[in-house]
Amino acid sequence: MIKYEKFELQNGLKVIFHQDKSTPIACINILYNVGARDENPEQTGFAHLFEHLMFGGSINIPNYDEPLQRVGGENNAFTTNDITNYYLTLPSENLETGFWLESDRMLSLAFSDKSLEVQRSVVIEEFKQRYLNQPYGDVWLLMRPMIYKVHPYQWDTIGKEISHLENAKMEDVKNFFNKFYCPNNAIMVVAGNVALEEVKKLSEKWFGPIPKGPDNKRNLPVEPEQTEARSMMVERDVPADAIYMAYHMCSRFDKEYYATDLISDILSRGNSSRMHNALIKDKKMFSDLQAYVMGDFDKGLFVVSGKLSNGVTMGEAEQGIIEELEKIKTHLVTIDELQKVKNKMESSHVFGEIEVLNKATNLAVSELLGNANMVNEEVGKYLSVTAEQIKEQANIIFRKENCSTLYYSAKK
Amino acid sequence: MAIDRKISPAFKTVEKIEIIRATEKQLRNKIPVYSINAGTQELIKVEFLFAAGMFYQQKPLQAASVNTMLEEGTAKMSAAEIADAVDYYGAFLEVGVSQDNASVVLYTLNKHLRSTLSVVEDVIKNATFPEEELHTHLTNKKQKFYVNNQKVANVARKRFTELLFGEKHPYGINVKESDFELINSGNLKSFYKSFYRSDNCKIVLAGKIDEDVFSLLDEHFGGNDWAPESAIKTNKIEIITNPQREQLIYKDDALQSAIRIGKVMFNKTHPDFQSLQILNTVFGGYFGSRLMSNIREDKGYTYGIGSGIASLQHSGYFFISTEVGVDVCKNAINEIYFEMDRLRAEIIPEDELQLVKNYLLGTFLRSVDGPFAMAERFKGILEYGLSYDYFDRYIATIKGISASQLRELAITYFEKESMIELVVGKK
Repeated sequence: MIKYEKFELQNGLKVIFHQDKSTPIACINILYNVGARDENPEQTGFAHLFEHLMFGGSINIPNYDEPLQRVGGENNAFTTNDITNYYLTLPSENLETGFWLESDRMLSLAFSDKSLEVQRSVVIEEFKQRYLNQPYGDVWLLMRPMIYKVHPYQWDTIGKEISHLENAKMEDVKNFFNKFYCPNNAIMVVAGNVALEEVKKLSEKWFGPIPKGPDNKRNLPVEPEQTEARSMMVERDVPADAIYMAYHMCSRFDKEYYATDLISDILSRGNSSRMHNALIKDKKMFSDLQAYVMGDFDKGLFVVSGKLSNGVTMGEAEQGIIEELEKIKTHLVTIDELQKVKNKMESSHVFGEIEVLNKATNLAVSELLGNANMVNEEVGKYLSVTAEQIKEQANIIFRKENCSTLYYSAKK
Repeated sequence: MAIDRKISPAFKTVEKIEIIRATEKQLRNKIPVYSINAGTQELIKVEFLFAAGMFYQQKPLQAASVNTMLEEGTAKMSAAEIADAVDYYGAFLEVGVSQDNASVVLYTLNKHLRSTLSVVEDVIKNATFPEEELHTHLTNKKQKFYVNNQKVANVARKRFTELLFGEKHPYGINVKESDFELINSGNLKSFYKSFYRSDNCKIVLAGKIDEDVFSLLDEHFGGNDWAPESAIKTNKIEIITNPQREQLIYKDDALQSAIRIGKVMFNKTHPDFQSLQILNTVFGGYFGSRLMSNIREDKGYTYGIGSGIASLQHSGYFFISTEVGVDVCKNAINEIYFEMDRLRAEIIPEDELQLVKNYLLGTFLRSVDGPFAMAERFKGILEYGLSYDYFDRYIATIKGISASQLRELAITYFEKESMIELVVGKK
């Protein structure tokens, strides 16, 4: 159980406070409600490039990292298709330095040309390192446009292509900042061994004066239902064939999410899972096989991906996966098997509450999803999933016409 | 009144760092059990440590395969039954192997310790290494081996230790394609028998710990049923660093080159180790380091660059590691040496040194936050026979070291001509 307090400043900044007296470390997590899905289709990769620019100096503070390191702190950030999240940890007596730094870059960036030039190169190197110069690195660059025809999930956070990053202009950077980096588009979580009054005082002092920004009503195109199976075949210089199957599913907000997530656990979580036993161990069709949900905020994906063992054809591999999916559609899971994945979910949740930063990030994401208290309600939702609901969701999701398949074959 | 945002708020340097020390007890058979009783939740981590890492193996893949195969079948249970028994209780069983050690780790809620510990006992004492499971394991591992061989960073990491320690030294030996043929159930069993035994085992506990935990451990692991039959033999092999300083593994289709530069050093027990960690932090050990500031944040040559000192039981090494665009590879290497030379020629400005000191104290504070983190730190001294004084000395070194002492260290250890330089990709 994570206890928290919630308040909102006049400018619309939501603040959540969680007291943890067991740690000498405090953290600040700021989530901005902007991700790659909010990008212009002609300027993709922007949300992520922007995340890098947030470390390039703000209006009153030339360097973000240096003052934080000076007080013993550390920070990082990540961008997804849905959100951009920044977090820092520091000794709790130096908490105010975190407020000072975070509020200044919410107030305004320095918009230095040098920072844009350098971070553009850094992100292009990241593009090469993680997506191009890596076996199987381009899979999601291929998958997304096949799966999504209108929704902006059709591009990856790194962007559609390097040229979009090369063409980013300072003007675009400023517009993006003014539109999305404002207090009413952010959620701040403060956690650690500090008092609520202190957090209220510091929040007012540093974030209170920041003017409210425009209201952003998200109006993204809705992906039409997929009505026929899609597939694509590529050949690459990799050692083994691989297959990627993606099915449309519900969003992270929907009540069906919990049953769907448990399906992925039944299929592939741990060495006792069905796919591990049937397809890796018994039939020896795959050297590696995963089933997982992406957890997207808009309607998302259920993915099954695996690397094929030598001598297994793509057709056999695909059939092997489909047989497992058919089983879960036609037979109810047993009480024991369902209990097993629920127990695992429950203990993961307890282990996930060890670290204060992890708790803070979860609170922020839950608040964005509608209610910070979801962090405390989720286990209950998983525990109440029934075998019938699992079967029902499997039947809704695992349909041929709902699937996009990438056959990624090794150049012989 | 408006606040002046140009002025940083007052701050304190970390003065006091509370570490909950491990307490030691012994099982009936003398296995030492170290407990860090802390944390607020009903959970526990039980780690079994064996001196059974790659250093001790007779052939590549042996130590790692034994460790992974522990979960793949015992005299009583099949691989599937083991997995089921652990997963059913929501527990996590993890095995791992490093150059020096092998470990078996159980994470569980306290209420399920009794049920899961008996599975762990079986895995540690009665593994059978079934042929069929081994075959599947090796086939799949070989495929991963081929995939990893396509990553410049992986090729560089492996070749680099080979260059530093020599192809005969256990720290230098790397897996080759042909090694997969040489592993069989027989040679795994013999390694298992020699190294996974009570006199070669230590147990580290973290989380909620009471007397019941200890008696459960004693019940399952305190007997003399897994005592040694003979003494452990290890052979001493000399380190032979490759004499050719610059090395290139050419990859025609590379978009980025992986760079590794470094040399053989020493481990934590050396008197200069802690001071060198501070020097390394300035050089390439944190986001604001000289290497990051210059090569990423000023030039944009890379997504990341860093340096570190790896401590091993019988040696240690210093390394710089990065992946850069092929067109700027030469420039990046020049800048690395430029920064190295600058530490030898110039005193680190007081302001920068103070920042690094504060940062390191904060990092240390973070690294002992919570029972699991404290257990990790403790293991870091345990395996070298060091005591908690080591941490006191570390903090005193951080606070006391001067810029001129650091320059002396750089002169002694950061000499370009003493460094092996490897590029995988294009130069």
